[in-house]
Amino acid sequence: MSIKTSLGLASALAIAAASASFAQSPSGTVTIATVNNGDMIRMQGLTADFNAKYPDITLEWVTLEENVLRQRVTQDVATNGGQFDVMTIGTYEVPIWGANGWLVALDDLPAEWNADDLLPAIRDGLTVDGALYAAPFYGESSMVMYRTDLMEAAGLEMPDAPTWDFIREAAAAMTEGDVYGICLRGKAGWGENMAFLTAMSNSFGARWFDMDWNAQFDSPEWAETLTFYNDLMTNYGPPGAANNGFNENLTLFQQGRCGMWIDATVAASFVTNPTDSTVADSVGFALAPDNGLGRRGNWLWAWSLAVPAGSQSTDAAKAFIAWATSSDYTALVAENEGWANVPPGTRTSLYENADYLAAAPFAEMTLQSINSADPTSPSVQDVPYTGVQFVAIPEFAGIASEVGQEFANMLAGQQTVEQALARAQALTTDAMEAAGY
Amino acid sequence: MSTKASRSAARLMLAPAVILLLGWMLVPLTMTVIFSFQRYLPMRGGFQGWVWFDNYRSFVTSSAFWPSVVTTLVIVGSVLVITVLLGIVLAILLDQPMWGQGIVRILVIAPFFVMPTVSALVWKNMFMDPVNGLFSHLSRFLGADPILWLSEASMPSIILIVSWQWLPFATLILLTAIQSLDSEQQEAAEMDGAGPFSRFFFITLPHLSRAITIVILIQTIFLLAIFAEIFVTTQGAFGTRTLTYLIYQRVLESQNVGLGSAGGVYAIILANIVALFLMRIVGKNLDR
Repeated sequence: MSIKTSLGLASALAIAAASASFAQSPSGTVTIATVNNGDMIRMQGLTADFNAKYPDITLEWVTLEENVLRQRVTQDVATNGGQFDVMTIGTYEVPIWGANGWLVALDDLPAEWNADDLLPAIRDGLTVDGALYAAPFYGESSMVMYRTDLMEAAGLEMPDAPTWDFIREAAAAMTEGDVYGICLRGKAGWGENMAFLTAMSNSFGARWFDMDWNAQFDSPEWAETLTFYNDLMTNYGPPGAANNGFNENLTLFQQGRCGMWIDATVAASFVTNPTDSTVADSVGFALAPDNGLGRRGNWLWAWSLAVPAGSQSTDAAKAFIAWATSSDYTALVAENEGWANVPPGTRTSLYENADYLAAAPFAEMTLQSINSADPTSPSVQDVPYTGVQFVAIPEFAGIASEVGQEFANMLAGQQTVEQALARAQALTTDAMEAAGY
Repeated sequence: MSTKASRSAARLMLAPAVILLLGWMLVPLTMTVIFSFQRYLPMRGGFQGWVWFDNYRSFVTSSAFWPSVVTTLVIVGSVLVITVLLGIVLAILLDQPMWGQGIVRILVIAPFFVMPTVSALVWKNMFMDPVNGLFSHLSRFLGADPILWLSEASMPSIILIVSWQWLPFATLILLTAIQSLDSEQQEAAEMDGAGPFSRFFFITLPHLSRAITIVILIQTIFLLAIFAEIFVTTQGAFGTRTLTYLIYQRVLESQNVGLGSAGGVYAIILANIVALFLMRIVGKNLDR
């Protein structure tokens, strides 16, 4: 930790202590950096409830698109800028920033907030050395979404926990005319094709690095993963899949062009929504596939709220986080917007709530998917890192973006699986050497 | 007539503007140069020590460097050729008196006012998409397999999008130049028996040479920095990673400010070399 950071931390703590001793209820202005998706926008609409409980705290919102948000908050937290008091960050940032001492630990939230109610996989992903550094706002995993009508027509039945071989068989049987058996991410990017492929590689027994941080793209497991993916997509995927990310595949699925789609659990509410989706009434869900090795090909992500060490109103920020991530907030959303719209994937109690289970047919599968991911030991083999669809080191985003381009080139037929892996191996080794591992 | 005193007074009065301009240019440039000598990793806590020319060495020895330079030059070169040639044709056509001239001119210029991100998205999703795009419907209607524009023909696609955006600029400049062409000269040539081709090559084209020079110079400066079109369509995959995009990846995706700044300095050098060549080749037109 740099001197500047420790000074910032110390002064933040001092101010927090001082304000705690002078006033009972926290006050001040809390600036919140957040991402522009539906659940977050909904939260802004419900701040009247927070203001009624904490009249002395003023909330200021900075709502940004995901990539811009990531840049802004990274810049702010790295330079200890103090622009924001609450940051919306993901499971990739929390372990790195927590270890750097850039975040305020959230171990002293009120007892009624009930940290033990958090889903264990999500909680583990946000914990560094035993301390919770961010409170999950909503969590997601990935799962198989498939067309029940096409599956029936093909004479197959989707098991709750399919294998990759079954997925290939089903994809072959469902591909006909302008319906493609399977749609998967192919667009280059660490949060696009690499999120999917890294999670998929776990179920094939592959890993990014061995215990000495040597890149493992030359391993037979990676060759198997990539060969399977490439064959599957080339034979049964949509044309131009190398440019398809989440949004492109969502459109294809909603138009009824995909037999199966393996992607984020949040997509379930989009594909079952009759106003947007032409196939809303014939969508089934299953766990992400496996190969019988003990890991499934699903990921784990949670948009979470954290307090940067540079914040000047730590107490007020914590009060806001405790409000926004509590089960009371869930009930508030349900009251105003209906149970189907509450932020999912963070608390056990939500999945025991009969109202929610009735309103969200995908709830059971979402919970099982989240529970089957283990960020602390993502691969069957031993790894020196945490993270399911990423490696929680600062260099990962850069390396994975470049590796993602090689894999996208492969999917577009511009190089073979072997060439793609050889290049990925070379550039990962270079980058890791340059970073001093 | 200026005395010594009035000259120094003039200098004094010019000083604020000059200082402002110098600061405007020099501060960011100096910052970039300073950063390029540092190992500066925001995610590792920022400044990590001085490494002097290590960043410069690793930037050029990276396997991505030379392909990105070639990509940049190919995109700039192709777009220049396309926009200048088509620009001349369009300018001549638009100069002809016709019904609805005003509206046609506005329509031709319109693409220039569309933001690069928006136009790239429209091209990507509405034209080049292999399932839902207009081009794929067209080729299926003709009985052919749709072309996977952005993956199989990624460079031509990018060049197409960028050319579409910059063609109006070239047309506009060249049109104003043609309008300033003396019609009596044309008539005289016609009476002397010059055909339409000789009139074009011996009167119109020489008249346009200065305008063409300006188009080439201004476009080169902007084209060396194109980013949005690549960011939105291919994310630098399929051999479309330009030098600008590589620098973006180094700074923001790899979070390596020092390495990216070294790349920035190389980009400045490349831009100056290209500008120098262009000035040499076409710049003499400006002296006349």
